[in-house]
Amino acid sequence: MTRDLFNAELRQLQDDVLTLGSMAEKAILDALESMRDGDVEWSRRIIEDDQRINKKRFEIEDRAIFVIASQQPMATDLRALASILYIITDLERIADHAEGIARINTMMEPEPLPRRLGYIPAMADRAVAMLRDSLKAYIEMDVDAAVQICNADDEVDRLQDSVYEDCIQQMVANPATIQRNTYLLWTAHNIERIADRCTNICERVVYTVTGHMDELNVSRY
Amino acid sequence: MSNSVDLRPASTGQRAAEGTLERPMAQAQPGAIVEPEGEIAITIENLSLWYGPKQALTNVSMKIPARKVTALIGPSGCGKSTLLRCINRMNDLIPTVRIQGSLYYHGVNLYGPDIDPVEVRRRIGMVFQKPNPFPKSIYDNVAFGARVNGFKGNLDQLVEQSLRRAALWEEVKDNLKKSGLALSGGQQQRLCIARAIANQPDVILMDEPCSALDPIATLKIEDLMRELVKDYTIIIVTHNMQQAARVSDYTAFMLTDEQVTGQLVEYGPTEELFTTPKDRRTEDYISGRFG
Repeated sequence: MTRDLFNAELRQLQDDVLTLGSMAEKAILDALESMRDGDVEWSRRIIEDDQRINKKRFEIEDRAIFVIASQQPMATDLRALASILYIITDLERIADHAEGIARINTMMEPEPLPRRLGYIPAMADRAVAMLRDSLKAYIEMDVDAAVQICNADDEVDRLQDSVYEDCIQQMVANPATIQRNTYLLWTAHNIERIADRCTNICERVVYTVTGHMDELNVSRY
Repeated sequence: MSNSVDLRPASTGQRAAEGTLERPMAQAQPGAIVEPEGEIAITIENLSLWYGPKQALTNVSMKIPARKVTALIGPSGCGKSTLLRCINRMNDLIPTVRIQGSLYYHGVNLYGPDIDPVEVRRRIGMVFQKPNPFPKSIYDNVAFGARVNGFKGNLDQLVEQSLRRAALWEEVKDNLKKSGLALSGGQQQRLCIARAIANQPDVILMDEPCSALDPIATLKIEDLMRELVKDYTIIIVTHNMQQAARVSDYTAFMLTDEQVTGQLVEYGPTEELFTTPKDRRTEDYISGRFG
Protein backbone atom coordinates (compact mmCIF):
# COMPACT_ATOMS: atom_id res chain seq x y z
CA MET A 1 0.00 0.00 0.00
CA THR A 2 1.50 3.30 -1.08
CA ARG A 3 0.47 6.89 -0.34
CA ASP A 4 1.57 6.91 3.28
CA LEU A 5 2.00 10.68 3.17
CA PHE A 6 -1.52 11.20 1.83
CA ASN A 7 -2.99 8.82 4.41
CA ALA A 8 -1.21 10.71 7.21
CA GLU A 9 -2.49 14.05 5.88
CA LEU A 10 -6.04 12.70 5.69
CA ARG A 11 -5.87 11.34 9.24
CA GLN A 12 -4.62 14.69 10.53
CA LEU A 13 -7.47 16.48 8.78
CA GLN A 14 -10.00 14.04 10.25
CA ASP A 15 -8.56 14.68 13.71
CA ASP A 16 -8.89 18.41 13.10
CA VAL A 17 -12.53 17.93 12.06
CA LEU A 18 -13.13 16.20 15.40
CA THR A 19 -11.45 19.05 17.26
CA LEU A 20 -13.67 21.56 15.46
CA GLY A 21 -16.69 19.38 16.28
CA SER A 22 -15.74 19.39 19.98
CA MET A 23 -15.40 23.17 19.93
CA ALA A 24 -18.86 23.51 18.35
CA GLU A 25 -20.38 21.08 20.86
CA LYS A 26 -18.88 22.97 23.80
CA ALA A 27 -20.24 26.23 22.38
CA ILE A 28 -23.79 24.78 22.27
CA LEU A 29 -23.63 23.38 25.81
CA ASP A 30 -22.12 26.58 27.21
CA ALA A 31 -24.63 28.79 25.41
CA LEU A 32 -27.57 26.83 26.83
CA GLU A 33 -26.10 26.79 30.33
CA SER A 34 -25.31 30.51 30.26
CA MET A 35 -28.92 31.14 29.19
CA ARG A 36 -30.32 28.94 31.95
CA ASP A 37 -28.11 30.72 34.50
CA GLY A 38 -28.75 34.15 32.99
CA ASP A 39 -24.96 34.63 32.87
CA VAL A 40 -24.51 37.44 30.36
CA GLU A 41 -20.74 37.69 30.85
CA TRP A 42 -20.35 34.01 30.02
CA SER A 43 -22.47 34.52 26.88
CA ARG A 44 -20.21 37.41 25.83
CA ARG A 45 -17.18 35.15 26.17
CA ILE A 46 -18.91 32.50 24.03
CA ILE A 47 -19.56 35.15 21.36
CA GLU A 48 -15.88 36.16 21.40
CA ASP A 49 -14.75 32.52 21.31
CA ASP A 50 -16.63 32.00 18.07
CA GLN A 51 -13.69 33.72 16.36
CA ARG A 52 -11.44 30.84 17.45
CA ILE A 53 -13.84 28.36 15.88
CA ASN A 54 -13.95 30.34 12.63
CA LYS A 55 -10.15 30.48 12.61
CA LYS A 56 -9.90 26.72 13.13
CA ARG A 57 -12.33 26.10 10.28
CA PHE A 58 -10.22 28.26 7.91
CA GLU A 59 -7.05 26.47 8.99
CA ILE A 60 -8.59 23.10 8.13
CA GLU A 61 -9.93 24.44 4.85
CA ASP A 62 -6.51 25.80 3.88
CA ARG A 63 -4.86 22.49 4.66
CA ALA A 64 -7.50 20.44 2.82
CA ILE A 65 -7.12 22.61 -0.28
CA PHE A 66 -3.35 22.24 -0.11
CA VAL A 67 -3.69 18.45 0.16
CA ILE A 68 -6.03 18.44 -2.87
CA ALA A 69 -3.55 20.52 -4.86
CA SER A 70 -0.45 18.60 -3.83
CA GLN A 71 -1.80 15.03 -3.70
CA GLN A 72 -4.36 15.25 -6.50
CA PRO A 73 -6.67 12.69 -4.91
CA MET A 74 -9.19 10.66 -6.87
CA ALA A 75 -12.31 8.62 -6.08
CA THR A 76 -12.83 7.91 -2.34
CA ASP A 77 -9.84 10.06 -1.40
CA LEU A 78 -11.27 13.00 -3.32
CA ARG A 79 -14.72 12.48 -1.84
CA ALA A 80 -13.20 12.34 1.65
CA LEU A 81 -11.50 15.69 1.15
CA ALA A 82 -14.51 17.30 -0.51
CA SER A 83 -16.63 16.09 2.42
CA ILE A 84 -14.22 17.62 4.90
CA LEU A 85 -14.71 21.00 3.23
CA TYR A 86 -18.50 20.68 3.62
CA ILE A 87 -18.43 19.23 7.13
CA ILE A 88 -16.22 22.00 8.52
CA THR A 89 -18.61 24.55 7.01
CA ASP A 90 -21.51 22.83 8.80
CA LEU A 91 -19.58 22.67 12.08
CA GLU A 92 -18.67 26.32 11.86
CA ARG A 93 -22.33 27.19 11.20
CA ILE A 94 -23.38 25.00 14.15
CA ALA A 95 -21.05 27.09 16.31
CA ASP A 96 -22.62 30.22 14.80
CA HIS A 97 -26.03 29.00 16.00
CA ALA A 98 -24.55 28.46 19.47
CA GLU A 99 -23.20 31.99 19.30
CA GLY A 100 -26.72 33.09 18.27
CA ILE A 101 -28.15 31.51 21.43
CA ALA A 102 -25.51 33.29 23.53
CA ARG A 103 -26.40 36.57 21.81
CA ILE A 104 -30.08 36.03 22.60
CA ASN A 105 -29.14 35.58 26.25
CA THR A 106 -27.44 38.98 26.25
CA MET A 107 -30.76 40.49 25.13
CA MET A 108 -33.00 38.69 27.63
CA GLU A 109 -34.15 40.64 30.64
CA PRO A 110 -33.13 39.58 34.16
CA GLU A 111 -35.50 37.13 35.79
CA PRO A 112 -35.45 34.65 38.68
CA LEU A 113 -32.86 31.87 38.20
CA PRO A 114 -32.62 29.20 37.05
CA ARG A 115 -34.73 30.20 34.09
CA ARG A 116 -37.59 28.01 33.01
CA LEU A 117 -36.78 27.08 29.43
CA GLY A 118 -39.53 24.49 28.82
CA TYR A 119 -38.68 21.98 26.07
CA ILE A 120 -35.56 23.82 24.97
CA PRO A 121 -33.04 21.84 27.10
CA ALA A 122 -34.54 18.57 25.79
CA MET A 123 -34.24 19.88 22.23
CA ALA A 124 -30.63 20.88 22.86
CA ASP A 125 -29.84 17.44 24.34
CA ARG A 126 -31.14 15.75 21.17
CA ALA A 127 -29.23 18.15 18.91
CA VAL A 128 -25.98 17.67 20.81
CA ALA A 129 -26.47 13.87 20.72
CA MET A 130 -26.99 14.14 16.96
CA LEU A 131 -23.76 16.12 16.64
CA ARG A 132 -21.78 13.58 18.66
CA ASP A 133 -23.28 10.64 16.79
CA SER A 134 -22.75 12.19 13.38
CA LEU A 135 -19.07 12.83 14.16
CA LYS A 136 -18.75 9.24 15.38
CA ALA A 137 -20.37 8.01 12.15
CA TYR A 138 -17.94 10.25 10.27
CA ILE A 139 -14.86 8.83 11.93
CA GLU A 140 -16.10 5.26 11.58
CA MET A 141 -17.48 5.92 8.08
CA ASP A 142 -20.65 4.16 9.21
CA VAL A 143 -23.35 4.64 6.57
CA ASP A 144 -26.07 2.80 8.52
CA ALA A 145 -25.47 4.93 11.60
CA ALA A 146 -25.46 8.09 9.47
CA VAL A 147 -28.88 7.24 8.03
CA GLN A 148 -30.21 6.34 11.50
CA ILE A 149 -29.02 9.61 13.07
CA CYS A 150 -31.04 11.64 10.58
CA ASN A 151 -34.26 10.12 11.92
CA ALA A 152 -33.55 11.88 15.23
CA ASP A 153 -34.05 15.17 13.41
CA ASP A 154 -37.80 14.44 13.38
CA GLU A 155 -37.77 14.35 17.17
CA VAL A 156 -36.00 17.70 17.32
CA ASP A 157 -38.65 19.09 14.96
CA ARG A 158 -41.44 17.71 17.21
CA LEU A 159 -39.85 19.30 20.27
CA GLN A 160 -39.67 22.57 18.41
CA ASP A 161 -43.42 22.28 17.76
CA SER A 162 -43.88 21.82 21.52
CA VAL A 163 -41.73 24.89 22.28
CA TYR A 164 -43.82 26.87 19.80
CA GLU A 165 -47.16 25.80 21.29
CA ASP A 166 -45.90 26.43 24.82
CA CYS A 167 -44.62 29.91 23.99
CA ILE A 168 -47.76 30.92 22.06
CA GLN A 169 -49.96 29.79 24.96
CA GLN A 170 -47.93 31.86 27.40
CA MET A 171 -47.98 34.89 25.14
CA VAL A 172 -51.78 34.65 24.79
CA ALA A 173 -52.24 34.14 28.52
CA ASN A 174 -49.90 36.93 29.49
CA PRO A 175 -48.88 39.52 26.85
CA ALA A 176 -46.11 40.72 29.18
CA THR A 177 -44.21 37.50 28.28
CA ILE A 178 -44.28 38.13 24.52
CA GLN A 179 -40.71 39.44 24.38
CA ARG A 180 -39.32 36.64 26.57
CA ASN A 181 -41.13 33.92 24.61
CA THR A 182 -40.04 35.40 21.30
CA TYR A 183 -36.43 34.98 22.47
CA LEU A 184 -37.18 31.38 23.33
CA LEU A 185 -38.63 30.79 19.86
CA TRP A 186 -35.44 32.17 18.35
CA THR A 187 -33.42 29.90 20.59
CA ALA A 188 -35.47 26.87 19.50
CA HIS A 189 -34.95 27.87 15.88
CA ASN A 190 -31.17 27.95 16.39
CA ILE A 191 -31.24 24.47 17.92
CA GLU A 192 -33.38 23.15 15.08
CA ARG A 193 -30.84 24.49 12.58
CA ILE A 194 -28.04 22.75 14.50
CA ALA A 195 -29.87 19.42 14.10
CA ASP A 196 -30.32 20.11 10.40
CA ARG A 197 -26.61 20.74 10.02
CA CYS A 198 -25.97 17.36 11.67
CA THR A 199 -28.03 15.67 8.95
CA ASN A 200 -25.79 17.45 6.40
CA ILE A 201 -22.75 15.88 8.08
CA CYS A 202 -24.43 12.45 7.87
CA GLU A 203 -25.15 13.01 4.18
CA ARG A 204 -21.43 13.67 3.65
CA VAL A 205 -20.58 10.41 5.42
CA VAL A 206 -22.85 8.55 3.00
CA TYR A 207 -21.32 10.44 0.06
CA THR A 208 -17.76 9.70 1.15
CA VAL A 209 -18.45 5.97 1.37
CA THR A 210 -20.87 5.43 -1.51
CA GLY A 211 -20.47 8.42 -3.83
CA HIS A 212 -24.22 9.05 -3.66
CA MET A 213 -25.50 12.51 -2.83
CA ASP A 214 -28.90 11.99 -1.23
CA GLU A 215 -30.88 14.19 1.11
CA LEU A 216 -31.42 11.97 4.14
CA ASN A 217 -34.06 13.93 5.99
CA VAL A 218 -35.88 16.99 4.69
CA SER A 219 -36.51 19.45 7.51
CA ARG A 220 -40.02 20.81 7.88
CA TYR A 221 -38.60 24.22 8.81
CA MET B 1 -15.23 15.05 -42.33
CA SER B 2 -15.71 11.77 -44.09
CA ASN B 3 -18.07 9.39 -42.41
CA SER B 4 -18.07 7.01 -45.32
CA VAL B 5 -16.93 3.55 -44.33
CA ASP B 6 -16.02 2.29 -47.77
CA LEU B 7 -12.46 1.25 -47.02
CA ARG B 8 -10.68 0.28 -50.18
CA PRO B 9 -9.65 -3.33 -50.83
CA ALA B 10 -6.21 -4.32 -49.68
CA SER B 11 -3.56 -4.46 -52.35
CA THR B 12 -1.12 -6.39 -50.19
CA GLY B 13 -1.52 -9.62 -48.35
CA GLN B 14 -1.88 -8.24 -44.82
CA ARG B 15 -3.18 -10.61 -42.19
CA ALA B 16 -6.72 -10.30 -40.99
CA ALA B 17 -8.00 -11.12 -37.53
CA GLU B 18 -9.63 -14.44 -36.89
CA GLY B 19 -13.19 -14.25 -35.78
CA THR B 20 -13.46 -16.59 -32.83
CA LEU B 21 -12.54 -16.47 -29.20
CA GLU B 22 -10.47 -19.20 -27.61
CA ARG B 23 -10.06 -18.06 -24.00
CA PRO B 24 -13.14 -16.60 -22.37
CA MET B 25 -12.14 -14.90 -19.14
CA ALA B 26 -11.49 -11.42 -17.77
CA GLN B 27 -14.89 -10.89 -16.24
CA ALA B 28 -15.61 -7.26 -15.42
CA GLN B 29 -17.58 -6.55 -12.27
CA PRO B 30 -21.30 -6.02 -12.79
CA GLY B 31 -21.97 -2.40 -13.70
CA ALA B 32 -18.30 -1.65 -14.31
CA ILE B 33 -18.75 -1.40 -18.08
CA VAL B 34 -21.12 1.43 -18.97
CA GLU B 35 -21.68 1.58 -22.73
CA PRO B 36 -21.68 5.12 -24.15
CA GLU B 37 -24.85 6.51 -25.66
CA GLY B 38 -25.19 8.05 -29.12
CA GLU B 39 -23.23 7.35 -32.30
CA ILE B 40 -20.53 4.73 -31.98
CA ALA B 41 -17.33 5.11 -34.04
CA ILE B 42 -15.47 1.97 -32.99
CA THR B 43 -16.85 -1.29 -31.65
CA ILE B 44 -14.40 -3.76 -30.17
CA GLU B 45 -15.68 -7.29 -29.58
CA ASN B 46 -13.84 -9.98 -27.65
CA LEU B 47 -10.47 -8.73 -28.83
CA SER B 48 -7.43 -10.75 -27.80
CA LEU B 49 -3.86 -10.27 -29.01
CA TRP B 50 -0.60 -12.17 -28.68
CA TYR B 51 2.99 -11.07 -29.36
CA GLY B 52 4.36 -14.48 -30.26
CA PRO B 53 3.45 -16.74 -27.32
CA LYS B 54 2.85 -13.80 -24.97
CA GLN B 55 -0.72 -12.66 -24.60
CA ALA B 56 -1.14 -8.86 -24.38
CA LEU B 57 -4.91 -8.39 -24.62
CA THR B 58 -7.64 -10.67 -23.32
CA ASN B 59 -11.20 -10.57 -24.47
CA VAL B 60 -11.61 -6.79 -24.62
CA SER B 61 -15.08 -5.54 -25.60
CA MET B 62 -16.04 -1.88 -25.67
CA LYS B 63 -17.81 0.71 -27.78
CA ILE B 64 -16.06 4.00 -28.45
CA PRO B 65 -18.37 6.96 -29.07
CA ALA B 66 -18.00 9.25 -32.08
CA ARG B 67 -16.80 12.81 -31.54
CA LYS B 68 -15.88 12.24 -27.94
CA VAL B 69 -12.50 11.87 -26.22
CA THR B 70 -12.02 8.38 -24.83
CA ALA B 71 -9.05 7.84 -22.54
CA LEU B 72 -7.32 4.49 -21.99
CA ILE B 73 -5.57 4.36 -18.62
CA GLY B 74 -3.79 1.67 -16.64
CA PRO B 75 -0.37 0.67 -15.34
CA SER B 76 2.54 -0.08 -17.67
CA GLY B 77 2.04 -3.37 -19.48
CA CYS B 78 -1.74 -3.36 -19.18
CA GLY B 79 -2.20 -3.37 -22.95
CA LYS B 80 -3.58 0.11 -23.51
CA SER B 81 -1.08 1.08 -26.23
CA THR B 82 -1.51 -2.34 -27.81
CA LEU B 83 -5.28 -1.82 -27.90
CA LEU B 84 -4.80 1.65 -29.39
CA ARG B 85 -2.55 0.28 -32.11
CA CYS B 86 -5.13 -2.39 -32.97
CA ILE B 87 -7.60 0.35 -33.86
CA ASN B 88 -5.63 1.48 -36.92
CA ARG B 89 -3.95 -1.87 -37.55
CA MET B 90 -0.50 -0.64 -36.56
CA ASN B 91 0.10 -4.01 -34.93
CA ASP B 92 -0.06 -5.61 -38.37
CA LEU B 93 3.45 -4.27 -38.85
CA ILE B 94 4.79 -6.53 -36.09
CA PRO B 95 5.46 -9.97 -37.60
CA THR B 96 4.68 -12.12 -34.55
CA VAL B 97 1.33 -10.54 -33.70
CA ARG B 98 -1.79 -12.71 -33.66
CA ILE B 99 -5.23 -11.20 -33.14
CA GLN B 100 -8.61 -12.73 -32.34
CA GLY B 101 -11.96 -11.04 -32.11
CA SER B 102 -13.51 -8.20 -34.05
CA LEU B 103 -13.00 -4.49 -34.38
CA TYR B 104 -15.60 -2.48 -36.25
CA TYR B 105 -15.33 1.06 -37.57
CA HIS B 106 -18.83 2.42 -38.15
CA GLY B 107 -19.99 -1.18 -38.55
CA VAL B 108 -17.23 -2.29 -40.95
CA ASN B 109 -14.90 -5.01 -39.69
CA LEU B 110 -11.45 -3.35 -39.83
CA TYR B 111 -9.81 -6.77 -39.98
CA GLY B 112 -12.05 -8.02 -42.79
CA PRO B 113 -10.28 -9.68 -45.73
CA ASP B 114 -11.02 -6.85 -48.19
CA ILE B 115 -9.94 -3.97 -46.00
CA ASP B 116 -6.90 -1.88 -46.95
CA PRO B 117 -4.83 -1.14 -43.80
CA VAL B 118 -3.35 1.94 -45.46
CA GLU B 119 -6.81 3.39 -45.93
CA VAL B 120 -7.64 2.41 -42.34
CA ARG B 121 -4.64 4.43 -41.17
CA ARG B 122 -5.70 7.40 -43.28
CA ARG B 123 -9.15 7.37 -41.69
CA ILE B 124 -7.78 6.62 -38.26
CA GLY B 125 -4.73 8.82 -37.77
CA MET B 126 -2.17 8.54 -35.01
CA VAL B 127 -0.06 10.90 -32.92
CA PHE B 128 2.81 9.38 -31.01
CA GLN B 129 4.43 9.89 -27.62
CA LYS B 130 7.47 11.69 -28.96
CA PRO B 131 6.85 14.34 -31.59
CA ASN B 132 8.15 12.91 -34.86
CA PRO B 133 8.05 15.56 -37.55
CA PHE B 134 9.79 14.68 -40.82
CA PRO B 135 13.07 16.49 -41.46
CA LYS B 136 11.25 18.77 -43.86
CA SER B 137 9.68 22.21 -43.81
CA ILE B 138 6.57 22.88 -41.73
CA TYR B 139 4.60 23.15 -44.97
CA ASP B 140 5.91 19.88 -46.36
CA ASN B 141 5.25 18.06 -43.12
CA VAL B 142 1.59 18.95 -43.26
CA ALA B 143 1.29 18.44 -47.02
CA PHE B 144 3.11 15.10 -46.95
CA GLY B 145 0.12 12.78 -46.59
CA ALA B 146 -1.98 14.71 -49.07
CA ARG B 147 0.77 14.50 -51.69
CA VAL B 148 1.26 10.76 -51.12
CA ASN B 149 -2.48 10.23 -51.46
CA GLY B 150 -2.61 12.25 -54.67
CA PHE B 151 -4.61 15.13 -53.22
CA LYS B 152 -6.07 17.17 -56.09
CA GLY B 153 -7.40 20.20 -54.16
CA ASN B 154 -5.76 23.41 -53.02
CA LEU B 155 -2.73 22.29 -51.05
CA ASP B 156 -2.02 25.75 -49.56
CA GLN B 157 -5.54 25.89 -48.25
CA LEU B 158 -5.29 22.39 -46.80
CA VAL B 159 -2.01 23.23 -45.02
CA GLU B 160 -3.40 26.47 -43.59
CA GLN B 161 -6.65 24.82 -42.51
CA SER B 162 -4.80 21.93 -40.85
CA LEU B 163 -2.37 24.22 -39.04
CA ARG B 164 -5.25 26.41 -37.87
CA ARG B 165 -7.12 23.38 -36.54
CA ALA B 166 -3.98 22.29 -34.73
CA ALA B 167 -3.75 25.78 -33.17
CA LEU B 168 -0.32 26.31 -34.72
CA TRP B 169 -1.02 28.61 -37.67
CA GLU B 170 -0.55 31.92 -35.86
CA GLU B 171 2.85 30.81 -34.57
CA VAL B 172 4.25 29.53 -37.88
CA LYS B 173 2.37 31.31 -40.69
CA ASP B 174 5.37 33.54 -41.52
CA ASN B 175 7.86 30.67 -41.40
CA LEU B 176 6.26 27.80 -43.27
CA LYS B 177 9.57 26.99 -44.95
CA LYS B 178 11.32 26.57 -41.63
CA SER B 179 12.22 23.00 -40.68
CA GLY B 180 9.65 21.22 -38.54
CA LEU B 181 12.54 20.08 -36.37
CA ALA B 182 13.33 23.72 -35.47
CA LEU B 183 10.04 24.06 -33.56
CA SER B 184 9.70 23.57 -29.82
CA GLY B 185 8.51 20.18 -28.50
CA GLY B 186 4.96 21.38 -28.01
CA GLN B 187 4.89 23.00 -31.46
CA GLN B 188 6.32 19.82 -33.01
CA GLN B 189 3.52 17.78 -31.42
CA ARG B 190 0.90 20.21 -32.76
CA LEU B 191 2.61 19.96 -36.16
CA CYS B 192 2.21 16.18 -35.98
CA ILE B 193 -1.47 16.69 -35.13
CA ALA B 194 -1.78 19.07 -38.12
CA ARG B 195 -0.11 16.41 -40.28
CA ALA B 196 -2.63 13.82 -39.06
CA ILE B 197 -5.55 16.21 -39.63
CA ALA B 198 -4.38 16.99 -43.18
CA ASN B 199 -5.16 13.41 -44.12
CA GLN B 200 -8.79 14.18 -43.27
CA PRO B 201 -9.18 11.38 -40.76
CA ASP B 202 -12.31 10.58 -38.79
CA VAL B 203 -10.56 9.22 -35.72
CA ILE B 204 -7.32 10.44 -34.12
CA LEU B 205 -5.40 8.06 -31.87
CA MET B 206 -2.99 9.66 -29.42
CA ASP B 207 -0.41 7.55 -27.62
CA GLU B 208 0.74 9.56 -24.59
CA PRO B 209 0.91 12.71 -26.73
CA CYS B 210 2.05 14.97 -23.89
CA SER B 211 4.51 12.78 -22.02
CA ALA B 212 7.51 14.52 -23.63
CA LEU B 213 6.08 18.03 -23.22
CA ASP B 214 6.32 20.69 -20.52
CA PRO B 215 3.16 21.61 -18.55
CA ILE B 216 2.26 24.66 -20.67
CA ALA B 217 2.67 22.76 -23.95
CA THR B 218 0.64 19.93 -22.38
CA LEU B 219 -2.24 22.25 -21.55
CA LYS B 220 -2.18 23.62 -25.11
CA ILE B 221 -2.52 20.10 -26.51
CA GLU B 222 -5.32 19.37 -24.05
CA ASP B 223 -7.18 22.54 -25.09
CA LEU B 224 -6.64 21.49 -28.69
CA MET B 225 -8.14 18.05 -28.02
CA ARG B 226 -11.31 19.64 -26.61
CA GLU B 227 -11.49 21.79 -29.74
CA LEU B 228 -10.82 18.93 -32.17
CA VAL B 229 -13.37 16.63 -30.58
CA LYS B 230 -16.15 18.75 -32.11
CA ASP B 231 -15.17 17.16 -35.44
CA TYR B 232 -13.10 14.09 -34.63
CA THR B 233 -13.27 11.00 -32.49
CA ILE B 234 -10.21 11.03 -30.23
CA ILE B 235 -8.79 8.08 -28.34
CA ILE B 236 -5.91 8.85 -26.02
CA VAL B 237 -3.57 6.65 -24.04
CA THR B 238 -2.20 8.48 -21.03
CA HIS B 239 -0.35 7.75 -17.83
CA ASN B 240 -1.47 11.09 -16.47
CA MET B 241 -4.77 10.48 -14.70
CA GLN B 242 -5.43 14.16 -14.18
CA GLN B 243 -5.06 14.58 -17.91
CA ALA B 244 -7.54 11.78 -18.57
CA ALA B 245 -9.92 13.39 -16.08
CA ARG B 246 -9.48 16.82 -17.69
CA VAL B 247 -9.82 15.99 -21.37
CA SER B 248 -11.83 12.82 -21.79
CA ASP B 249 -15.55 12.13 -21.91
CA TYR B 250 -15.15 8.39 -21.35
CA THR B 251 -12.38 6.48 -19.63
CA ALA B 252 -11.39 2.83 -19.83
CA PHE B 253 -9.24 1.29 -17.12
CA MET B 254 -7.13 -1.68 -18.21
CA LEU B 255 -5.08 -4.00 -16.09
CA THR B 256 -2.75 -6.97 -16.24
CA ASP B 257 -2.86 -9.10 -13.10
CA GLU B 258 -1.68 -12.59 -12.15
CA GLN B 259 -4.59 -14.26 -13.90
CA VAL B 260 -5.34 -12.12 -16.93
CA THR B 261 -3.19 -9.93 -19.16
CA GLY B 262 -4.60 -6.86 -20.86
CA GLN B 263 -8.14 -6.94 -19.52
CA LEU B 264 -10.71 -4.16 -19.52
CA VAL B 265 -11.65 -3.71 -15.87
CA GLU B 266 -13.90 -0.68 -16.02
CA TYR B 267 -15.26 1.66 -18.69
CA GLY B 268 -17.69 4.51 -18.39
CA PRO B 269 -18.20 8.27 -18.22
CA THR B 270 -14.98 9.90 -17.01
CA GLU B 271 -16.73 11.83 -14.26
CA GLU B 272 -18.10 8.63 -12.74
CA LEU B 273 -14.92 6.61 -13.13
CA PHE B 274 -12.79 9.19 -11.34
CA THR B 275 -15.24 10.00 -8.55
CA THR B 276 -17.13 6.76 -7.94
CA PRO B 277 -15.37 3.85 -9.62
CA LYS B 278 -17.30 0.58 -9.48
CA ASP B 279 -14.33 -1.78 -9.24
CA ARG B 280 -11.95 -1.80 -6.28
CA ARG B 281 -8.97 -2.23 -8.63
CA THR B 282 -9.88 0.98 -10.46
CA GLU B 283 -10.22 2.79 -7.14
CA ASP B 284 -6.82 1.55 -6.00
CA TYR B 285 -5.14 2.53 -9.26
CA ILE B 286 -6.59 6.00 -9.65
CA SER B 287 -5.98 6.81 -6.00
CA GLY B 288 -2.34 5.86 -6.46
CA ARG B 289 -2.36 2.75 -4.31
CA PHE B 290 -0.72 0.59 -6.94
CA GLY B 291 0.59 0.78 -10.47
